[in-house]
Amino acid sequence: MHRIALTLVLAGALGAPAAGSAMDMPLKAGVLSPAMPAPELKLAGTDGKPLHLARFRGRVVLLAFGYSRCPEVCPTTLATLAGARKKLGADAAGVQVVYVTVDPERDDAEQMRKFLGVFDPTFIGGIGTRAEIDAAQKSYGVSSTKKVFGSGGYGIAHTSSIYMIDRAGRLAAVMPYGHTVDDFVHDLQILLRG
Amino acid sequence: MAQRPRLVFILGWLALLPALLWAGFAPIRVASREKLFEIPNGTYARRMAGDKVEILPAQIRLTLGLEDVLLLRNLDDVPQVFGPTIMMPGQSFRLPFEKAASYQFMCTAHASGQMTIVVEDEPHMPWSKIRWRVREWWEKRHG
Repeated sequence: MHRIALTLVLAGALGAPAAGSAMDMPLKAGVLSPAMPAPELKLAGTDGKPLHLARFRGRVVLLAFGYSRCPEVCPTTLATLAGARKKLGADAAGVQVVYVTVDPERDDAEQMRKFLGVFDPTFIGGIGTRAEIDAAQKSYGVSSTKKVFGSGGYGIAHTSSIYMIDRAGRLAAVMPYGHTVDDFVHDLQILLRG
Repeated sequence: MAQRPRLVFILGWLALLPALLWAGFAPIRVASREKLFEIPNGTYARRMAGDKVEILPAQIRLTLGLEDVLLLRNLDDVPQVFGPTIMMPGQSFRLPFEKAASYQFMCTAHASGQMTIVVEDEPHMPWSKIRWRVREWWEKRHG
């Protein structure tokens, strides 16, 4: 399990303030330029509605991929995102966290809802068939690799970045794994003003 | 006659001394904190044709406070995955670093699919400044 977590952490790099971002403001995250429309999701949401990003236009979406049995990276990420929303106070209403499973065989709506609810009841999970999840992963360049344990169970090494979609629905920035609550608050305040 | 090699040695060092003093004590200045790499158009097509093309070095070295921002440009006509994100054709990705460490990323622009970024602390001691300057000079000459 430890090795998987380490693999996941390797995908993370911590950012310093960057000048000349898409928002013309320094972001802690890696900035994509020019920002292009975020690939649309065609999944089911744990809130019982179809999960399309267009639903959240006007809000900043933090999109990430993971799975409910993830031992370390996903709980850390979700706790960080929940902490950032809490610290944003009233501005948190303008931020929507969407967490898409990479383990559709085990993560159904109920499982994901319970998992995400532990961190923040406003988080919405994305579920679907293997083909639907694969399509979502491909559109964001997300990889996932199953690691079978000797005990018979398995874990999944997966991309651990958080995709930051601006209020106009553009994929503006990508926050690698490992950033702090304050880093997210910093960037979200900029994106919310954009 | 035995004195002559020693004299040459001493004179050589005396000639080298100002350069070493400058390299060891002068502040390091860089034109930009960004280290730019471009994925040229046709990279994917060349790879599909069996060409083991290596556009980006397998290891990129960055230095905090000097060159600590990685800037990638995808000039290819297909999307390219670089570590934490996917870059569409014509798009660039500017990733700043603030911690010294070795980071391994997936990268479809590499035949191996992997890329390592080594982020080092800013050199402050004379010896580390000399080493940094020599390495930069070497990398510029030999890519």
